[in-house]
Amino acid sequence: MTEAGSGAATAAGASRHAGRVDPLVVLGLADDALVYAQRLGEWLTRAPEIEEDMALGNIGLDLLGQARGLLTRVGELDGTGRDEDALAFWRDEREFRNVQLVERPRGDFAHEMARLLWFSAHRLERLRQEQQSPDEVVAGVAGKAVKEVAYHRDHATQWVLRLGDGTEESRARMQQALVDVAPYLPELTEDDPVGAPVAREYVEAVLAEAGLGAPPEPRWHARGGRTGIHSEAMGFLLAEMQHLHRTHPGASW
Amino acid sequence: MDGSQVGPLNAAETEDYAQVVEEHFGGLIDADQRIEPRDAMPAAYRDTLVRQMAQHAHSEIIGMQPEGNWITRAPSLRRKAILMAKVQDEAGHGLYLYSAAETLGVDRSELLAKLHAGKQKYSSIFNYPTLTWADVGAIGWLVDGAAIMNQVPLCRCSYGPYARAMVRICKEESFHQRQGFEILWTLARGTEAQREMAQDAVDRWWWPSLMMFGPPDTGENVNGAATQSHTKQSMAWGIKRFANDDLRQKFVDMTVPQAEKLGLTLPDPDLRWSEERGHWDFGEIDWEEFWRVLGGDGPCNAQRLAHRRQAHEEGAWVREAAAAYAAKHAARGQGAA
Repeated sequence: MTEAGSGAATAAGASRHAGRVDPLVVLGLADDALVYAQRLGEWLTRAPEIEEDMALGNIGLDLLGQARGLLTRVGELDGTGRDEDALAFWRDEREFRNVQLVERPRGDFAHEMARLLWFSAHRLERLRQEQQSPDEVVAGVAGKAVKEVAYHRDHATQWVLRLGDGTEESRARMQQALVDVAPYLPELTEDDPVGAPVAREYVEAVLAEAGLGAPPEPRWHARGGRTGIHSEAMGFLLAEMQHLHRTHPGASW
Repeated sequence: MDGSQVGPLNAAETEDYAQVVEEHFGGLIDADQRIEPRDAMPAAYRDTLVRQMAQHAHSEIIGMQPEGNWITRAPSLRRKAILMAKVQDEAGHGLYLYSAAETLGVDRSELLAKLHAGKQKYSSIFNYPTLTWADVGAIGWLVDGAAIMNQVPLCRCSYGPYARAMVRICKEESFHQRQGFEILWTLARGTEAQREMAQDAVDRWWWPSLMMFGPPDTGENVNGAATQSHTKQSMAWGIKRFANDDLRQKFVDMTVPQAEKLGLTLPDPDLRWSEERGHWDFGEIDWEEFWRVLGGDGPCNAQRLAHRRQAHEEGAWVREAAAAYAAKHAARGQGAA
């Protein structure tokens, strides 16, 4: 398989079994974290309570840390020698390999918790497998990240339970958020045929405990994130993230 | 009728009791001992502390905004991580301080309601905008530097919970101040555009930073009389340890050599070393601007408060849901028992 991103799921499988790592697969893991950290950073000063400013900031920071470790490794694995900043700030939209779920604009708190629950449930399973990566650096990042993401998943779980079994309004908002997020789940699932069923089982158990119905199968679903196809939101996200760095080419910060 | 017009209803409402409180409290203050939440204290001491701690907590929370403004645009991933951690620390400082205030029998939601209604203030410095990345550096270096100068004496404040919160906060603020200095250091040694950005930020933040120490102790301004008696009382109570002008001078003396090291100019033509005083002389502060911004008419007063209120209002349904959930589960727990 030589063509870039010609099937992330198979690439992921191949990277684990064939004893060598596909940099594009690592890039997908890195970009998910980087782009989601960017969205979570938007919550600081806007959260429902101060504890939550801290928690969302903390989750964003963990993901940013994971992204930095993985991006640095990608620059070594792909032979380009690009550092974390070259990869974050100098790639264009089509070169980003994140799933579209993480680039969705910030919604209300229920939407964030729906996204965080599904995302961290899937990421946790992916990371558990990457702990066995033949690449020591990737395995090392995954080993640390597993503990972090288990906490993220728990944080989202607690909130989904509270919102599902809180007030009528919170329940309605949570249910709507699950519907709105559903079209973005197949990308996560296709990415990890091994872990996805485990993640799904986990989330469905949480939803059942919260008294929330599983969302209907979406008639449309997002696709293409892993091959560089993104939503309209992505251009704005990158414009904001990259503009200052690109205004001063070659500068140190 | 709520009973307050009836006069003393019991012995603890009599002069006798007030006398006991005064003696107990005065004894602790005279011996430079800490006052703890369990100690009886005069109502005015308590009110002053609640007001000051609330204002301090609000400053941490509002202060997240000007820096938070640059999280999504930070120019490197390392800077983004440091900035996120810093803004998160400020949320944490807000929490310690609200908790310290709660030891005096108020609660956080009550204090936040006062902030949102414009009835309690926060540090006026945060009513200035962060226009460039260098402002993040200037805030760290100058604003956090001035804040630490004000706060280190509070580590010896007579009220225990406040003093202890300040010990921890000052330690973290000191990291923040260093990272601000480091941002400017890097910019000042970078490209011409970066150097200009750094100088521009210092030009805009220098004078507002000097205003952070409050009005002069001479009482020459319109509100001077009130300020002076306030300062005097806070000093007698061991809440305030140094006069505004003394702290301001210490800050100038500490900062001028740092500016020289950075290779940046402080925007004050009257800045010069006085052999005679052994201090740096500096120019006249624009106190009209200070009172104007304090009074609500700075560039970002309306914006900061609106942002804060919006976050609070948009989060109301979440807080209600959490409370409802907790109540339901407490009830179920009791039912099961």
